[in-house]
Amino acid sequence: MTAVSDVSSHAIARARWRPAEIAFWVLAASCAFLFPSRYLIMTDILRLALFTLSLDLILGYAGIVSLGHAAFFGVGAYSAGLLALHGIINEPVIALVVAGLVAMVLGFLTSFLVIRGVDLTRLMVTLGIALLLEALAERFSNITGGTDGLQGIEMQPILGLFAFDMFGKTGFFYSLIVLFLLFLLARRIVNSPFGLSLRAIKNNPLRASAIGVPVNRRLIAIYTVAAFYAGIAGALFTQTTALASLDVFSFERSADLMLVLVIGGTGYLYGGLIGAVVFKMLQELFQTITPQYWLFWIGLVLVVMVLIGRERIHRWVLWGPNLIIRQVFGRKAGVAVPESDAP
Amino acid sequence: MTTLFTILFDGVAYGMLLFVLACGLAVTLGLMNFVNLAHGAFAMAGGYICAVLVNNQGWPFFSALPLAFVSAAAIGVALERTLYRHLYTRSHLDQVLFTIGLTFMSVAAVDYIMGSSRIFIKLPAALEGQFDFFGVGIGRYRLMIIVICGLLTVALQLILAKTRFGSRLRAAVDDPRAASGLGINVPQVFAFTFAFGCGLAGLGGALSAEILGLDPYFPLKFMIYFLIVVTVGGSSSITGPFLASLLLGIGDVAGKYYVPKMGPFVIYTIMIVILIWRPNGLFGRAAAR
Repeated sequence: MTAVSDVSSHAIARARWRPAEIAFWVLAASCAFLFPSRYLIMTDILRLALFTLSLDLILGYAGIVSLGHAAFFGVGAYSAGLLALHGIINEPVIALVVAGLVAMVLGFLTSFLVIRGVDLTRLMVTLGIALLLEALAERFSNITGGTDGLQGIEMQPILGLFAFDMFGKTGFFYSLIVLFLLFLLARRIVNSPFGLSLRAIKNNPLRASAIGVPVNRRLIAIYTVAAFYAGIAGALFTQTTALASLDVFSFERSADLMLVLVIGGTGYLYGGLIGAVVFKMLQELFQTITPQYWLFWIGLVLVVMVLIGRERIHRWVLWGPNLIIRQVFGRKAGVAVPESDAP
Repeated sequence: MTTLFTILFDGVAYGMLLFVLACGLAVTLGLMNFVNLAHGAFAMAGGYICAVLVNNQGWPFFSALPLAFVSAAAIGVALERTLYRHLYTRSHLDQVLFTIGLTFMSVAAVDYIMGSSRIFIKLPAALEGQFDFFGVGIGRYRLMIIVICGLLTVALQLILAKTRFGSRLRAAVDDPRAASGLGINVPQVFAFTFAFGCGLAGLGGALSAEILGLDPYFPLKFMIYFLIVVTVGGSSSITGPFLASLLLGIGDVAGKYYVPKMGPFVIYTIMIVILIWRPNGLFGRAAAR
């Protein structure tokens, strides 16, 4: 077997749908019928999952550490809010895509700044861009509403058919469908040759460029795509909650996002989704124990996770599901695993 | 013209303060290549300890300052020995996550113990008010900051350049393996340097309560400023971060005076431009290690 066919067969094997993945999505859809009274929190989880998926694309696949991903989330949120507030685009789906595109343009423009330099410079530049946008939003408070945020946003029915209700049922299904479609797209992207070249860049940029991968162009492309995803997540936030305020740009949002992704594991796309569920449940738990000081517990989770080692925790957690799946589907089948554990 | 001098004076005081706060970070981040986002937490610890000593225990301000240094350094060395040590060889992502976690914990802990409002340290009467110097208003407190921080800077430069410890540190940073081969106890040197940097941050925190304001969110609010000092200043010497702090201080004060509506916009823009132009910092070495 030649090297090329070996790589492609490996890639095709990875891209195949596993039973565990199908089970995951069936479970996600069935949540709608299992917990009909908790649409709002479930919508919150879906938005966070989409946002984390966006970070996973650049951090898990391309290895870009970003401390300012909230910049794109915020731009998407404000775009969707302004479009709806001034009645420019009334149809939520089109407004969603437009808001995503606005964030995408910003992502494309700033990607040139981000691909330069090493980890530390990237941290600083991403953080700086988010802070800069926050300062701008505060400065132009006549447009953004300043600290009060955009008020009086009224959403029109989706596709003219499904109106947003106060229990969040429409919002939930809307978010779920958007998340699923974008997940399919992300799955297609990371399993394509393009996605493989990103992994090569993450592992060793110098070697990747030596075998002919245009490193900078690939990084710009994935950064732009990730900005689009984050913009969509922000727009979903505005559309389902009908508000957008300055805190969409906040540093805590970017930092929480990192935590969500790290809980779920990087580099296999499901990390963001699982992390979002776990994070929201942790948040609920801590807020019932100590409403005011839950930041402390979040910090503690981060510290403990790093000290024990992220890979080790994921191995412990996956041990059970893997055992069950191997019993049911035979030796070869396995659940999707984080990048670091992949064979 | 006098306003210009006043701005310059305030800016220099502010910049000197930033330097004392951030120069510990310049060592850990620049020289030891460890991304320590929790540096501001040590500064906050020093500030709060000084505040408790002065306000509640009735210590004089000038004897509380050294204690702020010592206690921040003690916390630093305890954390370095127990936690930080394990993370020197880990990826930057792990270091970022770990230190953000520590920062969050410190913010919530201080909020819990001391309350969320801004605190002030009672200053001795000799430091309050200002006097005229050829028409330029000179704040006494700011003058004291310039004197203390100026002396510290000179002392640091001398320690690094002239003493045996300084040459050990430089050797350990340049090539840890060769240095330990020559019999230098590299972990010990790093631990000592880390503790000293934390102590300086604690001292800076105590001094900054009057100017920057001290509340539980201090580490998050000023994290970006410390990082700017280090990344813009580069890490090859102590002069780089020093000049960067002065630039940042003067730029921030002048920006707030002349274009108050733009707020922190000016600083962030300048930082991004400089990082694009020279990714290793204005005064950094050409090649990244």
